[in-house]
Amino acid sequence: MTAQPGTAVWFAQHETRLVWRDWISMMTAGRRERLRRVTIAIVLFVAFMHVVADWSVGPYADAVPDRQTLIAITASILLSWLLMVSQAMESITRAFYSRSDLDLILASPVTADRVFAVRVATIAAAMAMMALPLAGPFIDILVLRGGWRWLGAYGVILAMGATATALAVGLTVALFRLIGAERTRLVAQVVAAAIGAAFVIGLQLAAILSYGTLSRAALLQSDVVLTHAPELGSLFWWPARASFGDGEALAGVLAVSFLLLAAAIVLVAPRFGEYAVAAAGVSHARTAQGRRLTAFKKASPQSALRRKEWLLLRRDPWLVSQTLMQMLYLIPPAVLLSRSFENGDGAYRLLVPVLVMAAGQLAGGLAWLAISGEDAPDLVASAPVPKNFIMKAKIEAVIAVIAVVFAPLVVALAFASPWHAVVTAAGIIVAATAATSIQFWFRTQAKRSLFRRRQVSSRVATFAEAFSSIGWAATAAVAAASLPLAIAPGLMAFAVVAGAWFMAPRAPDA
Amino acid sequence: MKPVAPIDQFALELRGLVKCFDRPAVDGLDLNVRAGEFYALLGPNGAGKTTTLRMIAGLLRPDAGTIRVAGIDALADPAAAKQIMAWISDEPMIYDKLTPLEFLEFVAGLWGVEPALAQARARDLLAWLDLMPHADERCEGFSKGMRQKVALAGALVHDPRVIILDEPLTGLDAGSARQVKSVLRERVDAGGTIVMTTHILEVAERMADRIGVIAHGKLIAEGTLEELRLAAGQGSGAGGATLEDTFLALVAEQAQAA
Repeated sequence: MTAQPGTAVWFAQHETRLVWRDWISMMTAGRRERLRRVTIAIVLFVAFMHVVADWSVGPYADAVPDRQTLIAITASILLSWLLMVSQAMESITRAFYSRSDLDLILASPVTADRVFAVRVATIAAAMAMMALPLAGPFIDILVLRGGWRWLGAYGVILAMGATATALAVGLTVALFRLIGAERTRLVAQVVAAAIGAAFVIGLQLAAILSYGTLSRAALLQSDVVLTHAPELGSLFWWPARASFGDGEALAGVLAVSFLLLAAAIVLVAPRFGEYAVAAAGVSHARTAQGRRLTAFKKASPQSALRRKEWLLLRRDPWLVSQTLMQMLYLIPPAVLLSRSFENGDGAYRLLVPVLVMAAGQLAGGLAWLAISGEDAPDLVASAPVPKNFIMKAKIEAVIAVIAVVFAPLVVALAFASPWHAVVTAAGIIVAATAATSIQFWFRTQAKRSLFRRRQVSSRVATFAEAFSSIGWAATAAVAAASLPLAIAPGLMAFAVVAGAWFMAPRAPDA
Repeated sequence: MKPVAPIDQFALELRGLVKCFDRPAVDGLDLNVRAGEFYALLGPNGAGKTTTLRMIAGLLRPDAGTIRVAGIDALADPAAAKQIMAWISDEPMIYDKLTPLEFLEFVAGLWGVEPALAQARARDLLAWLDLMPHADERCEGFSKGMRQKVALAGALVHDPRVIILDEPLTGLDAGSARQVKSVLRERVDAGGTIVMTTHILEVAERMADRIGVIAHGKLIAEGTLEELRLAAGQGSGAGGATLEDTFLALVAEQAQAA
């Protein structure tokens, strides 16, 4: 049944249809014939997650809400919620800045507040839906083993989505008012990245400073936290209690969450059109932003390509924030490294896999940008430069960035332990090369602005890149302790890369 | 109409060019364009115009046939052919985060142009195209017309002998279109060769020395406007049919024959 055009329900139907088709397109990479395979893969994934959940949380299904359990659950909720806030902020920013159909809607005689109300509600629902595939199996197992009371956890997820979206709306609008439409786009993206990483990094830093390890659990289970945690009757524990099926806590959490979301919508929706128009003016009002070029530099085609890649990377706020997100995770190991110098202990061995993993991930993202994310592919292809030269220059641009980021850390590590530095350097080179190679084999032609959805183009490449980085990180970790033992994980990581090469499309060259 | 170079000085020679996707897009195309000539390639949607130009520019590899650019075998030595060619599509190929000058510096680097020469040319081109006030602004806020002019400057900064243009005037306002046409005319007057597709028949009628009509991947007619009118049986002289009438008659005739 179709609602009256122009009403909120009608917009909701329209948005739902778009979101659904977008999701299907994302999951099937635009090929409807893959739908059955994707469905089977999802079913298998969910089944696998239930097995994992049974193994990991099954034994705790009869847990009682004592202080230690409440701390662990609250920390998990807070961690997931911060990630939701981060994601919601990005979605809200896109709701303001993405033009797509906004110009059409704003130009119509329909009031913009209905559009915004529906879009915010859709984002809140999407945040909750995103958490379900990961959290759902754990809740299901707890329900199966511990009883219906655990169903309250689903309510907590809905509440988390609502509050995360409400806070994201509040933060984004506050930024709009404080620093204006032009700066909000960049700052909101950086804030979103920082929020997503803040909790994990904060806990790791606290753990390092207190206990000299990267373990988050060490801090959460410490006497300090137990001593300073609020009383069991405190409202602070309501979300965790709601997960345990405490009816009063669940009702309270849901009521507060949806009130916050409704308040955000009611307060901001009437001004949505105004904000969207201000955001639209950003790109058109832009004036002199580039550096003043005084003289052309002499450059071979390769160096021109390298310079272009670095310049584009540096100037794209969104890419910088995404890269920053990955870089933020290097702060805890860097702190751990500095403390290792002070204490002279062997904690730096923990750094080896962290750095190798980070290098693989960063190289994968940068390689996609350089190799696939070319905004002027025809221009580059029509240049009198052999294809392999072009590709070589782009790969060199990626490797140079990796070197600049990781070399200082490896050099610092070398002062503490030359052996660990050698293993780390080797691991970084191999992981970065593997990730870059995978992106090269699975290269496509796309706009750089599609970076966020780069995983959509090839699931094989996405998983291969992730497992390759994990594999090389594990290999480096084992090698740091015993070189011969590293052969086994090394072979497995190599098999992942070889498998990716084998499965890569062999496109005929133009 | 300006005098064109002798027939043996071909800037572009296509022989038996074939490219198939799901169906043949270009089907045994033969085409000659003389040096210093402005050649317009017309045809209905899906006729194979863009595919042909992309093969010439080295962006697509033909399934069969040969392409010679100023005597260079473009399939055997693509780098040498590309060195003297430029390609412009209807969608301007520029980088949003670069300024026009930075973009031109990048293009000059790709084509290996001496920095001092490239810089002088870049400034001349930007001034010519009224882009100098925006030379240090990033392209992200530019209008379609400004972006197309930046792309055109990029195509000219390495002083190509053959310029391949695919619908370069699409979406341009009258002022920008006139500037682009003026730049192209000047290049031809200076001895350059231009091969251009367009749906704006008035542009082809007024600017082209010769016009080729392509349908179903084949050249169905070719010549000056007068020659095309005669081929289409549309009469000649000042009161003769327009290019639009002639083009539609030729395409209809070909469709009937098919």
